[in-house]
Amino acid sequence: MHKFANPARFMRIAKKIVPWSFSLGFICLAIGLYGGLFVAPEDEEMGEAGRIMYVHIPASYMAMAGYIAMGISSVMSVVWKHPLADLTARACAPVGAVFTCLALFTGSLWGKPMWGTYWEWDGRMTSVLFLLFLYLGYMAVWNAMEDRTRAAKIASIVAIVGVINVFVIKFSVEWWYSLHQPASIITSEGSKITMDILWPVLVMIIAYKLFFITIVLWRTQSLIMERKSEKLEGRISALREKGYY
Amino acid sequence: MLFIFLTVLKRDVLLSWRQGSAGFMVVAFFIIVTSLFPFAVGPDKVALAKISAGIIWVAALLSCLLSLDRIFHADYEDGSLDQYLLAPCPLEVIIFAKSLAHWVTANLPLIIIAPALGITLNLPTHAYGMLIFSMMIGTPALSFIGALGAALTVTLKRGGVLLSLLILPLYVPVLIFGVLCVEAAIAGTQVSSHMMLLAGVSLFSVALAPWAAAAAIRVGLE
Repeated sequence: MHKFANPARFMRIAKKIVPWSFSLGFICLAIGLYGGLFVAPEDEEMGEAGRIMYVHIPASYMAMAGYIAMGISSVMSVVWKHPLADLTARACAPVGAVFTCLALFTGSLWGKPMWGTYWEWDGRMTSVLFLLFLYLGYMAVWNAMEDRTRAAKIASIVAIVGVINVFVIKFSVEWWYSLHQPASIITSEGSKITMDILWPVLVMIIAYKLFFITIVLWRTQSLIMERKSEKLEGRISALREKGYY
Repeated sequence: MLFIFLTVLKRDVLLSWRQGSAGFMVVAFFIIVTSLFPFAVGPDKVALAKISAGIIWVAALLSCLLSLDRIFHADYEDGSLDQYLLAPCPLEVIIFAKSLAHWVTANLPLIIIAPALGITLNLPTHAYGMLIFSMMIGTPALSFIGALGAALTVTLKRGGVLLSLLILPLYVPVLIFGVLCVEAAIAGTQVSSHMMLLAGVSLFSVALAPWAAAAAIRVGLE
């Protein structure tokens, strides 16, 4: 793993991955959307509105997966003092926050025809809303601190503490009586959804995941370059003070 | 270790007691925030009784938030925090003492005054015991999680807003179960499950928050 700690090597590998993950993600998105919107049968109870599912489930999934990715990177940065882990964690935050917004937005659009309300203060929705606040708090820590290494450490503590919320989200539908349906794709008895509806969801999840990977790699690359340019600027101003320029 | 724990606890409580005005201000804030609600929702007694538990809990939470920065900030400015790091005792223990002192000085007065506010909000009489009891077991979580937030933001010049942004989401479980306890008592339904969850949240944060806070302080003072 420490092989990837070298920023230059990371940049080389990322440059090779990005075109593939981007184009594969794009293809999956096209297939998943076509499959979800045109091929998959209409849901018996929900009708055409049920098709929001193909946007909503992957977004909610990635909102949590993004936070877990951020948490794992933060643990790596605390345990192994991995400088790249700070940057990947930081790169995950805005992407995850946008997925969380998308999950909340599509969820509320779906809620109106299904439950007759855009918003309900039940466990699932509230905990996802707080996931969004955790993402925002995490980003605020990075913005509030000038010193990048200190910001990285404080931010990783924030991220690790917030991981608790992901479990609350996961189990909220079982702990509290809720409008939101319980887990149905991954359960101990196998999936409860028939294959014709399930496959576009899975393809969409893969598409979102590839999209997430692409953006995070892009953002990490630009953060590495930003750090480099900051260092160079520091060096230039140091030289300037000595009168070399 | 116990000696240092007790010394820090006593020092913080005494400091807050002798400074007086800060502790009093938190109580005043608690009263004022609570008294804003009757103006906002109208003086309808039935409506107020319905939301009284929630109002008191939210006001307690906000007042607690207001007093959080004093846990570490003065110590950071005069250098005592560096001395705590060097003390022959784990930083976690000192943070535990300081969080406990914060609970005694900032939350205990709120709990004492809460029944009086309950009267003004027309809280049903049979729920007073539960209100006090739920605050007794719930508010330690506010102090300990709050100490974590204060530790995270202690080195920042304008950490106040960031502190609220980081901490308020973590306060939500306390708020939910605290209010559920009182509402169950008002309705006369079973309270014990909510109370156990509230105590669980409290114990969880009392046990774990000092560790995270100590890590944050060590990073901050590097």
